[in-house]
This record gives sequence, structure tokens and C-alpha cells, in this order.
Amino acid sequence: MQDRLRSDSGRLHHAGLTTLIFSLLGGLILLFVVAPLLGMVLHCPAEDLAKAAADPAVTESIWLTLWTSMAATMIFAVSAVPLSYLLARKQFPLKGIVTGIIDLPVVIPHSAAGIALLGLISRGSLLGDLSDNLGFHFIGGPAGIMLAMAYVSLPFLINAARDGFSAVPERLEKAALNLGASPARVFFTISMPLAWRSILSGMILMFARGMSEFGAVVIVTYHPMITPVLIYERFGAFGLRYARPVSVIFVAVSLAVFVFLRFLGRKSVNAQSQ
Amino acid sequence: MLKVSDLCKSFSGFSLKKASFEVAEGELFVMLGPSGVGKTVLLECLAGLERVDSGSITLDGKNITCAPIQERSIGLVYQDQALFPHLTVWENLAYGLKVRGHSAETIRSKIDDIAEKVGVGALLGRRTDTLSGGEAQRVALGRTMAVSPRCLLLDEPISSLDARSRSEMRRLIRELNRAGQTIIHVTHDFDEALSLASRIAFMEDGRVVQTGPPDEVFRHPQSEFVASFIGLRNFFRGVLEPGEGTRYFISGSIRLSVVTDAEPGNGVATLSAEEVVLSAERPAGSARNVFPGRVIDVAAVRGGIEIVLDVGTELTARISNESMNEMKISCGCELWASFKATAVKFHPG
Repeated sequence: MQDRLRSDSGRLHHAGLTTLIFSLLGGLILLFVVAPLLGMVLHCPAEDLAKAAADPAVTESIWLTLWTSMAATMIFAVSAVPLSYLLARKQFPLKGIVTGIIDLPVVIPHSAAGIALLGLISRGSLLGDLSDNLGFHFIGGPAGIMLAMAYVSLPFLINAARDGFSAVPERLEKAALNLGASPARVFFTISMPLAWRSILSGMILMFARGMSEFGAVVIVTYHPMITPVLIYERFGAFGLRYARPVSVIFVAVSLAVFVFLRFLGRKSVNAQSQ
Repeated sequence: MLKVSDLCKSFSGFSLKKASFEVAEGELFVMLGPSGVGKTVLLECLAGLERVDSGSITLDGKNITCAPIQERSIGLVYQDQALFPHLTVWENLAYGLKVRGHSAETIRSKIDDIAEKVGVGALLGRRTDTLSGGEAQRVALGRTMAVSPRCLLLDEPISSLDARSRSEMRRLIRELNRAGQTIIHVTHDFDEALSLASRIAFMEDGRVVQTGPPDEVFRHPQSEFVASFIGLRNFFRGVLEPGEGTRYFISGSIRLSVVTDAEPGNGVATLSAEEVVLSAERPAGSARNVFPGRVIDVAAVRGGIEIVLDVGTELTARISNESMNEMKISCGCELWASFKATAVKFHPG
């Protein structure tokens, strides 16, 4: 009995040690993420920040980044959400390949994605000529920025929404069908509301990812400049000191927007579930 | 009213193999079968939620085998209720009426009516995750009843409830049925079937093997499966020999004495486990059926102990706990089993 007690407490002691080591390792990772950002902020004099904040090139680029990413998320959600539903519910041939294709933008270099997109929408291509005839240009305009952002950020929305739909018990949909609802009605009154939390969080992720995209956008549309491109340009042309204030402002804005959306998302889910 | 012919549906783990049965208007038709033989899928086929492989379903003379779900008028209530968790009780009840485009006023009055009928009037504003099992089951029942289905399918509506909710739910189902609702009720619980059914169907291995009023299937089980389901442990298939008065029934290696005036020929003999008397020595009494055997299983059951003997075939006896203690029976014991010729019931067929 004594022995047993001792070995039990020994195991407990051991568990405490493991937790300690894991916490230390985890702390290092946290530090790794936070320290550069903190260093950047601390190295940035207040007057530089104020100057950058007053610079119309900076503010305009931030607005452009925010609204293009938001618009890209909204527009692409219209067909990404139904696709997620299909992936969650239906079995079809080559489903594994389709799932793989959706994850493709995550694994290819984003500059390569930009090059590929450029071929799709440049003059002489079907889409490029079509847009020319309609009187707008993908390249060098917000439409191109949105395409590039969506291309690299879509997987976040699709995967989150698919997981959300998978978590909705199929029985609820069957029960709704049995009560006389059409499949479309079931989708909008049962599946969507129940998967809403995941869809929303997927949209926030897609928006945030699109906003921070550089590689694909810089190739498709250098001007007008979204903030990540502006930061790169300031760094290339004027050096670290001039790139830093823009970076600090953009990181702050991104964080604020992200936290605000999360907060909003949580509130809307709570309101709906009451 | 509802006729199902040769319904086939293969599914992972089991299949429906030419299931056929017919349900009349106003009947409370109980389908009895062990868990996991596809009773739920059968119901989903009837409701149109699963496509059938072959066979036909007709409702009021109209073939609805391939009809869209919404046009079937067959309401299904799931065992786990499947209430919509993001809607209130009232919204759940109103769902079917709303999607059918009824006016707000019609919906309100109909819901009041239904809520009273199924006894959930006090719960209308509640969220569904705050309901007890019995309450949730009532809401699910009300939600389906609200769209006035021609035929109501209940999938194990009672088995997940506590004892008190059970008897309330049984009463509610009986009331709905008395008000004219045709109901197909699926369960694995024979007592539940007995207390509700106007007719019982037994499902075995994807087929409907026997249907009839409860007392009839109880008196004349046509297969060992049905016999075991209704708690009749001793079921023998064999041949009745010609003769008068006490005659012989041959089943495999054993010969039973039986009193019957039935025609000789093939048939089944049943024997209630309570009728079998066990003794350590060869009994001296007047019993015509006396067999030596070895105990192969001992199991506690409600109100006693069941002893399974190998007497050339399996023979089950039920004895009281007291005699169990006196006789000190365990597996491997050699015992004598005896029962009267009149205890054996012969059914031709």
C-alpha cells in the first residue's frame, strides 16, 4: 500500500514535470511569434507613425486592402458555401481529388499562383478579353486584387464550412424533408443556420488571409497598391525605417479588424442560439 | 391503406429482403424485431428518405415507391427525435406548416391545437435542449402530427424514455390511434408491442416473417425466432405421428408425448419454460415426458432462473430462486427434466 502510494505520487510528480517542460517549449514559440512584432513596434518612433498615418498613400492602401478582401470573401462565399455542403454531404466519383484540388492553393507558392492567374486574366485570354469588352480590367484593378486574394484564401472558407456542415446531423435534414420542406429550403432553414458558426469563422479566416496576401497580388496587380505591396515597395525603395511604420499600422488595423469580427461573430451566434 | 410488396434495400451491414406487409386504415401496426436489423431504414424507405432497390409501396392505391418525399403524406418520428436545436419548441411544431406556406393565423391556431393534443402547451417558448426525453418525444410527435400525415411512422418512440414517460407516451400513442390515426410503430420491445398493437409484424433478417393480432402470434408462433421473441423458450419443429389421445411428436433425436387431435404431419410444438420440472433423480410422477440432460447454461431472468439443458436438443426450464438454491445447479450438472403431455402445444404448419 505504502509502495503504491509512493509510486502514484511519483507519477503525479512526473506529470507535473512534463507539463512544466511543455509549457517552457510552448512559451518559446509564443515568444517567437510575439517578439518580432513587439520589436517592430518598439523600434518605430511615434512621429514616424503619425506621419505614416497621415500619408494618403498609406490610408488609401489600407482601405483598398480591407474592402477588396471583404468583397472577395463575400462574392466567393456564394459558390464556396454550396460547394462545402456538397463535399460534406454527397459521395461522388473523384471526391478525394476534388478535396485535394481545393487545398492546392495552400501548398503552391503564392507567386506561382499569381503567375498562373495572370495567364488566365491577361489580354488575349478568354476572361481578359471578356472583361475588356465589359469595360473593366482585372489586371491593375480591384477585380484582379480580389481574384488573387480569393485564390489563395478560399481553402480556409471551404474547409471550415465543410466541417461545419458535416457536424450537422443528417437526421435533422431528413426530418425537415419529411415535414415537407424542399431540399433548398432545408439548406437555408436547417443546414445553414446550424453550420453558421463554422461558416462565419471560415469567412473571417478567408478575409484575414486575403488581407495579408502579398505574393499572388503583387504579380497580378502592383498598382493600385494594397498595403502588403506598399510595405514591400517602401522597404525596397527607402529601407527598413520607412517600411516599419506602415507595417505597424497595418498589423494594428488587421488585429483590430480580426478581433472585432470574432467578437461580432460570437455575439451573433449567441443571439441566434437564444 | 399502405401496402408494401417485396421491398429490397441493401445497406452496409444488413439488407431488406423482399419485405412485404399491409397496413389497414386506422390500425396501430407494430413491427417487432431485434435492434439493428434495419427497421429504421425500412421506415426511411416508406417516408422516401431512402431510395429502395426494388419492390413497391402503395398508399391509398397510389404507387408512391418513387414519389418525392413531400408528396407522400407519411410522417416519420425518429427515435432520437431530431428536433431542430436552433428553433424553439413552437418553431419546431410550426416548421412543417410554415414550409407548406400556411398563413400565420392558420399556423397559430393549428399549433395551439396540436400542442394541447400532445401535451406540450407549457413548453412552447422553450429551447429544445432544455427538454426532458419525454417532452422532446412529445414535441417530435406534435411536429409530425401538425402536417396531418395519412400514415404516422414511429421509430422506437418509447425505448429511450424513463418508466413514467413511457406509460404516458404509450397512452398518447393509443389516443392518437383511437382518434383515427394510422400508425406504424417499430420496436424491439415485445411488451411495448403487446400493449399497443392492433396487429404485430415480426421482422427477421430483412423479412417480415409473421403478422397477426397480438394474441394470435402469441398463441401460434410460426418460427423459433418469433417464439424466442415472445419469451417462449422451447420451440420444436418436427412431425406429429398418427394416433389418438396421447401421441408422439418427433423432433430430431427426441420424442415428445403430446395430447392433441390435430391431423398428423409437419408442425411445431411449443412448451412454456415454467412447465418443465427439474429433479436430481429420475422422477416417479405421472409426467409422460422425461429426459435426462446436462446443464449448459444458467441465467437469471425476471422472477427466477432459466436453466438450459442439453437433452438431445436444447430444453429451457424456468425455476424459482428458492429451488435454484436448494438444488445447487451449475453448468455441467446432470439432471432430469419432466413435463406433462398436456403442457406441449402442437401447431400444424
